[in-house]
Amino acid sequence: MEGERPSGVIGRLLGGVNRTMRRLLFTFMSSGPIPQHIAFIMDGNRRFAKKWKLEEGAGHKAGFLALMSVLKYCYEVGVKYVTVYAFSLDNFNRRPDEVQYVMDIMHEKIEGFLKELDMVNRYGVRVLFIGDLNRLDEPVRVAAEKAMEATAKNTKTYLLVCVAYTSSHEIPRAIYEACQEKSGLALALNQNGNNIDGIVNVEDVNDVIKVVDLEKHMYMGVVPDPDILVRSSGETRLSNFLLWQSTNCLLYSPKALWPEMGFWQVVWGILKYQRSYYYLEKKKKQA
Amino acid sequence: MLYSLISRHSTMALVAESQKSGNMLLFLLWHVVHLIISVLYIVREILRAIESYLITNGYVKTNTNLNLDRVKYLGIVVDSDEARNTSQVIELLEWLSAIGVKKVCLYDREGVLKKSKEVFMEKFGSAKIPNEKLVSGPLLSKKRMDFEFVSLSDGKELVAKAANLLFKKYYVDADSEKPFFTETHLTDALKTLGAVEPDPDLLLIYGPVRCHLGFPAWRLRYSEMVHMGPLKYKKYGLILKAIHRFTKVKQNYGS
Repeated sequence: MEGERPSGVIGRLLGGVNRTMRRLLFTFMSSGPIPQHIAFIMDGNRRFAKKWKLEEGAGHKAGFLALMSVLKYCYEVGVKYVTVYAFSLDNFNRRPDEVQYVMDIMHEKIEGFLKELDMVNRYGVRVLFIGDLNRLDEPVRVAAEKAMEATAKNTKTYLLVCVAYTSSHEIPRAIYEACQEKSGLALALNQNGNNIDGIVNVEDVNDVIKVVDLEKHMYMGVVPDPDILVRSSGETRLSNFLLWQSTNCLLYSPKALWPEMGFWQVVWGILKYQRSYYYLEKKKKQA
Repeated sequence: MLYSLISRHSTMALVAESQKSGNMLLFLLWHVVHLIISVLYIVREILRAIESYLITNGYVKTNTNLNLDRVKYLGIVVDSDEARNTSQVIELLEWLSAIGVKKVCLYDREGVLKKSKEVFMEKFGSAKIPNEKLVSGPLLSKKRMDFEFVSLSDGKELVAKAANLLFKKYYVDADSEKPFFTETHLTDALKTLGAVEPDPDLLLIYGPVRCHLGFPAWRLRYSEMVHMGPLKYKKYGLILKAIHRFTKVKQNYGS
């Protein structure tokens, strides 16, 4: 017992030094622009497990720990919105036991999160689950909805978890929602006696739906577009993630596998963003 | 390059000054660190130039014998300001044609390349010559490439037009069936509007920043995106390297 206490003190001291150094570094980085929104494609969990000869599934567990670290650093440096690509609609094509394993981890982690709500609400994190939630297993979906409801009033920082998501699904869905909205409006117009037989005048229909209408109905319409899109493990494709929202977004592909991602990748990503800031702002204004 | 370094830093300083910075010392340190990073990037550029020279002149054997069948459709994103320099673009296309690329999609945000369409078509396009004299020969056929010119209006705005088509098709009649729209509905609507070309397998980005600058979103799902740097510093050997790397990539497509 007595042997444990001194090492506990040293551990806490080192942790404190670590935190102070980090805070100093983040203050130094705040001399320049800090991105408002960073998105992450968490790629490389399976490769990590293979690399370290771990059992299958251990990669995903390690990936979750990396996610927690990365989130901590992002919020510490002042990023307001963080989006992560947890599960793609394409991932449903994987082996059923692997899909089930990932669903189980998600369920376990969301339930764990719900137990720490006091701490979460103290930090003011609002959690949103983005995607076709009906495709998820019932217990996962229920837990996700509970988590969204429990954090709905938080506004300090946002965590968007994309599950059962692809841009190929998001864009047509936004069109569908926009059409539903506009047809509701058209019906209201008709009831005021502007058209006969409840049919919308075809000539008026040409410019009914505009880009802003589509963007309003996108899953990601609740937050501003990402400033940096990070894909771990060095791959250079977006794999159907945030294709619509990445028009003026810096794409960053660190070589580290997702469980290896951490502090230095976040720092380097933000430094790269600061170098590109002037150019990207110019492009945004030109649009 | 030094001039751009200095001007970039003065603009960065102006931007940074407008931000709330607590500590003057940290601010200066930030400036110094970014200056060091810029110098490192210049060194990297020199190393890339050497690498390109070695590849181009055959010292690095692995980048020859490219399996071009894997690159069915190559996309090039060019920064619009750089795209105005037509001779640079033509040189790039000459290199691609020499490598053996047959189908290229050229994108620039403002449509500058679209405006110079005739120039490119004349140099590399099919022999659609207004006069009867058909210039034939191995040289012309070797240089032939198929082009597609894309700009920002072919991205989000085209999807909005497709949305209006779908609205007209399904929502004008109040009693008609209204299906939930899927990728197929969108693709068909886009085809009607003329967007028939496939997705690019590989996208080479020529500009100061690694950003696809608004390339049509639905066409980028699985495209590999490689940042090649500014157009004026393009290097032949690095194109070979990018294509070679691409042919080695193994995609799972999510599975």
